[in-house]
Amino acid sequence: MTIQDVETSLVLGADGARTASTGAIGARALRLAGELATRFGALIAFALLWEYGGRLGFLNAAVIPPLSDVIAALWDGLVSGPLREDLGISLTRAGIAFGAATALGIPLGLVMGQLPAAERLIDPLLQLFRQTSALALYPVFILLMGLGEASKVFVIFWATAFPILLATIGGVKEVDGKLIEMARVYGAGRLTIFARVVLPGAIPQIFVGLRLSATSALLMLIAAEMIGANHGVGFQVMNAQYNFQIPLMFAAIILLALLGLAANYAILALQRRLCRWNAAG
Amino acid sequence: MSAVQKEIRGEVSIRRLSKAFTLNDRRLDVLKGLSLDIRSGECLVIVGASGSGKTTLLRILAGLEKADAGEVDIDGRPVAGVGSERAVIFQEPRLLPWLTVLQNVTFGLDVRGWSKGRAEAEARHYIELVGLADFADAYPRQLSGGMAQRVGIARALTVRPEILLLDEPLGALDAMTKIAMQEELSRIWREEKVTMVLVTHDLEEAIYLADRVLVLPKTKAQPPRLIDVNLPRPRERSSADFVALREELLAEFGLH
Repeated sequence: MTIQDVETSLVLGADGARTASTGAIGARALRLAGELATRFGALIAFALLWEYGGRLGFLNAAVIPPLSDVIAALWDGLVSGPLREDLGISLTRAGIAFGAATALGIPLGLVMGQLPAAERLIDPLLQLFRQTSALALYPVFILLMGLGEASKVFVIFWATAFPILLATIGGVKEVDGKLIEMARVYGAGRLTIFARVVLPGAIPQIFVGLRLSATSALLMLIAAEMIGANHGVGFQVMNAQYNFQIPLMFAAIILLALLGLAANYAILALQRRLCRWNAAG
Repeated sequence: MSAVQKEIRGEVSIRRLSKAFTLNDRRLDVLKGLSLDIRSGECLVIVGASGSGKTTLLRILAGLEKADAGEVDIDGRPVAGVGSERAVIFQEPRLLPWLTVLQNVTFGLDVRGWSKGRAEAEARHYIELVGLADFADAYPRQLSGGMAQRVGIARALTVRPEILLLDEPLGALDAMTKIAMQEELSRIWREEKVTMVLVTHDLEEAIYLADRVLVLPKTKAQPPRLIDVNLPRPRERSSADFVALREELLAEFGLH
């Protein structure tokens, strides 16, 4: 073998290795791109369609303005326009109602879940109330409390309290009686059993109720603000439409969607913290 | 021996115990006038067909059920409800899924107001005893059935019971794990010097573990039978005496 041969083979070898490693990096990048495409591809395609649909002429830009205009309106609205104030008012309404529903629903559910007799007695009433649309009752609340904040907060409270209450009752009832018996064998009293077995056992179900309620809280918020309000993100959707501020209307809609995502994410994050034992893996 | 004699601990006296259930308007005698003395530190295994009342008897001893008539005394005191001198191991491990192995094992001590440090030190000792030192921080869903049951056993042992009541503790395990766990139970019983009352439907398990086997008949017309197991420990499952005793027990069930 001549020196030249050795050199060639070395170079070839080195080259081969380089190709292999670039190949590996390329494959990894490709896989990452694939993952991103499956995760966000539809979202990106939707955004692109929205943005260029008007410009290319198959969407009426007067009704559906380009996404960039909407985002600009959202930014302006939040920084210097009406959306910041609307957001604050809406969050206050939904927050008070959701907070009150949680503060009332969870303790009441924990008690009722442990008193089968009381639960049986009240359950038909709860089922009836749950099935009665809060929106249908909104005129009643307006009659009783006027068109101010109280009726708005109350209709949201009404819509959110029942899912939380029923989920909490269900969670308590589903706690394994065998675990309670185990605790009893070790001499645990009612209070200890409640704190160490019933409450932690009910928490996953309670979170199911909280997430359901957060969704209906936003739904009711928008409805209440559309019907009789002069502030709030829901009001702004209607108001912008009346005034033909279409980008602002879409900005308010996007803001509501983001609010829903944020609420869901916040509750999920709290659930993960509290229920680490339940996580997969 | 010192002048002050050690108090006899973990002695059970059962007198004319009766319990009936009503099923579809029919009265079903599960226990009828059962009298029995369980000696301090012995391993009594209760066998019987399903419906013979073996689990009911254990649950009465645990204080989880009340007898219709008769008394149970433990170390001379009548049983009224659950008591700190008894611990129960159930067929299911009954671990709290939101607690780690260590936290589950300290549960009984927590309830009794032990400080965290003391409870954990005690719990770690028993976790080691059941061979799960590496899993102290695992959650129950990460454990196999046999491991979970060993956690349950460790939890029962931490409260230092005089009497360990076991209700088909190995019934849900596969055959291999079961044999390993029988050896483990036998070792723990010897080391902890605890009175053990174990319910099973596995005759081999009964002979492997028991000082005496109580055979509960299905029809209460027959009296219950007590069979002494005078085999040296550790027991050899294939020895002639073991096999002969197994035949004898099978005959009790009319399976010979």
